[in-house]
Amino acid sequence: MAVRTFFKNLLKKLSFNPFSKRNNFKLGLYGPPNGGKSTLANRICQDWLGEEMSTVSHIAHETREIKIKEQVTIKNSKGKELTFSLVDTPGISTKIDYEDFIKKGMKKNDAKKRAKEATKGVIDSIKWLDDMDSVIVTLDATKDPYSQVNITIIGNLQARNIPVLIAANKIDLKKANLDIIKAAFPQYGIVGISAKYGKNIEEFYEQLFKLAK
Amino acid sequence: MVTFQFVPYHDIENLTPTKRVNKLLKIVKEEKIVIMEGRLKKQEEADLIEITMEEISPKFKGIELSVIYPDKEKQYPLQRLKGVFANVLLGDRQGLTIIGPASIVNKIEKDPDKIELFTKESTIRYRKRKKK
Repeated sequence: MAVRTFFKNLLKKLSFNPFSKRNNFKLGLYGPPNGGKSTLANRICQDWLGEEMSTVSHIAHETREIKIKEQVTIKNSKGKELTFSLVDTPGISTKIDYEDFIKKGMKKNDAKKRAKEATKGVIDSIKWLDDMDSVIVTLDATKDPYSQVNITIIGNLQARNIPVLIAANKIDLKKANLDIIKAAFPQYGIVGISAKYGKNIEEFYEQLFKLAK
Repeated sequence: MVTFQFVPYHDIENLTPTKRVNKLLKIVKEEKIVIMEGRLKKQEEADLIEITMEEISPKFKGIELSVIYPDKEKQYPLQRLKGVFANVLLGDRQGLTIIGPASIVNKIEKDPDKIELFTKESTIRYRKRKKK
């Protein structure tokens, strides 16, 4: 892995990468469960393709396999275009308890199945890290940003030299606190959004252009 | 009763990343809370999550993980330099890693310089007190 990452970074620095075509630019959505990755994926796809990409749910681990939407083209205010493959990943967590799904009203067998699929989803998300060109880390702005999962995800992206934009989601909620997220990750670009209602989404798209430079 | 097991850095220093992660996970699966001197590398943290996911079963529900590491931005240049030398000579022993089984540890909160560990029981007691 380390050798592959080294050569990938070296070729990136030399602006020559025969393995990566610009129109195959992979933009990943990463983060803990229920941060709003799939809602954001749907917002992007609705805005630019007129269709949804993923199903969303208030029960954690709704996305349990990697989903890819190819050829998403967005435009900025200057008329510039950016085309990428959008990769919606399962939320990364350190624990999965099927009983939590039962508490949310699921039947025991369905809950166990969901837990099993969710564990596989987490493994896939981590394995796919190496394939990303840029990543939007989607965090729930109402929750504690200092969780080790957030730090591990961002740390691993940094170690791989993958550009990161933090989307602090759910800013429409009263409990949202953008300042805490900015204090936790001062070295990263952070944009507060509400993926559900489209709040500040134009600013988010502008930041995507900077991320992909 | 909650059992803590201290893992000194020299115990894992010469292990391969996989063996290091497996050693820590083995202790956690014995329902003990690991307090490790130093921290894992970023890739090893990701490996720990991956291996944890592979091991999840109705009995083992995962882990809670937290790392306290000195904020280098807050350190004086001399302190930072000392830290670099210590890392080169002794390995990265700075910081502290806590890993607990999810069946016992409900959450670990970082503030970011202090760690608060909530066990399942303490969380239930806290919620009951709040209701009153």
